[in-house]
Amino acid sequence: MPALAISLRGVVKRFGAIVAVDGLDLDVPEGTCVGLLGPNGAGKSTTMKMLTAQVIADSGEIEVLGRRLPGESKIARAEMGVVPQLDNLDTSLSVEQNLRVFTHLYRIGRAERAAAIERALRIARLSDRRTAKVDELSGGMRRRLLIARALVHRPRLLLLDEPTVGLDPQVRQELWALIDALRSEGTSILMSTHYIEEAQRLADSVTIMSAGAAVATGPPAQLVVERAGREVVEVYGPPARLVEVEQAMTCAGVRTRRTGTSVALIGVEGHDGDLPDGVRRAANLEDVFVLLTGEEVR
Amino acid sequence: MLVREITNFSSYWRSTTFSSTVEPTIYLLAFGFGFGALVSQVAGYDYVDFVGTGTVATAVLFASVFPSMFGTFVKYSFQHTYDAILAAPVDTEEIVTGEALWISIRAGTYGCVPLLVAICFGLDPRIDMLLVPAIAFVSGFGWAAFGIMIAGLLKSIDNFNYVTSTVITPTFLTAGTFFPLSELPEWAQVLGNFNPLYHTVELVRHAAFGWEPAADLLHLGALVLFGLVLWRLAIRALQRKLIT
Repeated sequence: MPALAISLRGVVKRFGAIVAVDGLDLDVPEGTCVGLLGPNGAGKSTTMKMLTAQVIADSGEIEVLGRRLPGESKIARAEMGVVPQLDNLDTSLSVEQNLRVFTHLYRIGRAERAAAIERALRIARLSDRRTAKVDELSGGMRRRLLIARALVHRPRLLLLDEPTVGLDPQVRQELWALIDALRSEGTSILMSTHYIEEAQRLADSVTIMSAGAAVATGPPAQLVVERAGREVVEVYGPPARLVEVEQAMTCAGVRTRRTGTSVALIGVEGHDGDLPDGVRRAANLEDVFVLLTGEEVR
Repeated sequence: MLVREITNFSSYWRSTTFSSTVEPTIYLLAFGFGFGALVSQVAGYDYVDFVGTGTVATAVLFASVFPSMFGTFVKYSFQHTYDAILAAPVDTEEIVTGEALWISIRAGTYGCVPLLVAICFGLDPRIDMLLVPAIAFVSGFGWAAFGIMIAGLLKSIDNFNYVTSTVITPTFLTAGTFFPLSELPEWAQVLGNFNPLYHTVELVRHAAFGWEPAADLLHLGALVLFGLVLWRLAIRALQRKLIT
């Protein structure tokens, strides 16, 4: 079994009466990308903040890069990069100045600073915007700069908290390519997201969280087969018809879920004779997500 | 942390320098020449010289407590700067120390402006005045830490008005800047010894007019103690805000 970049065992975090993380177990093997998937309020961001010791767990064990948290958090953070959900760049500084500040915070030696900045600019494809003020950058460029900032010290582990939230599809795909390249180079990645497609494309393994706990873990394809079968039939029609279909299929032992304009019949293998007419498609991670969390996907 | 602050300073130094130097200078000119026309001497000194040396402490206060209070709150609540910094191998103690050091370096510099203005208006320069930036730095460190602590304790930026009205304004008016504390009732004179700004005023005056070694050691000790205690309290307050 490969060494673990991140290991959480029975982690609990409460905010007053609210249990944000409830006995979470999570492993991120070194060199892999793990997607933390869950609806809003599932505990993803709290989990991410516990990994940088900005949130301290009430109980349970957390190890990051072999360091026990929160006691050894500072040592662990020296080898981690964090891309936050909220843009917290210094907006009055230039792209290069933002990176330079972080070469100091990450204690990169004077001799290596210039090369570290060049490398980060190249990875994020921002070399030609190095002198631009952050205020002048597009949303996609600012996201790329956040990633460059997290990579300036060549971290072994990268934490991405909703890395593409609020971005248009084209920029999102650019960032996916960037994240995929990092994964290919062997950087361990933990990425929280509520975009199913993002997790399915980038993650070697996915942990689905609901109400602060992990409700399923595994490679996306395996999770789909295990939890939603191979095929789904989507039945379209007027609302009254969809209600009828739902009731009939539930009686026949077929799991269903609403997808807005249709009812999806999940895991239909072996039920061919009982099924109404509809569009057949392969089951996907979205089906698993909705089945397990009871939440619709954005 | 210091590198970050210095890099950022390049984008706002004009406005900060303006507000930190012009306001105390206006106090100096208004009181020095306004009251100075009515009161020629106070405590044995020309009134302009008396106020000119006293206003150094006002400049230190304004240049340290307001930037630290508002700056810390804005970085925490609106810019989320500390979230970014805490993702690096930096802890709250380093954040507070870096912030307080940088603000006190600025306060040490800005604090000298009223003194230079007073010299232009007739205060005799003295070699010991070269220690004024160091006095202003030590005092500024404590006030910067005080501002960070307040930012860490209060939930809304509007609440800063209470601190300004109940702590900062009385502190600056009862520090012996514009009139000697000996003119106050005895109980107020005793309370004045607990005002760090009073110790700043006394040290600056003694640098300008002549040292009183035993008293000045006590004044310096009070400022160092003020700085150390507020530094630890600021770390504690910000830690509670940043780490949940």
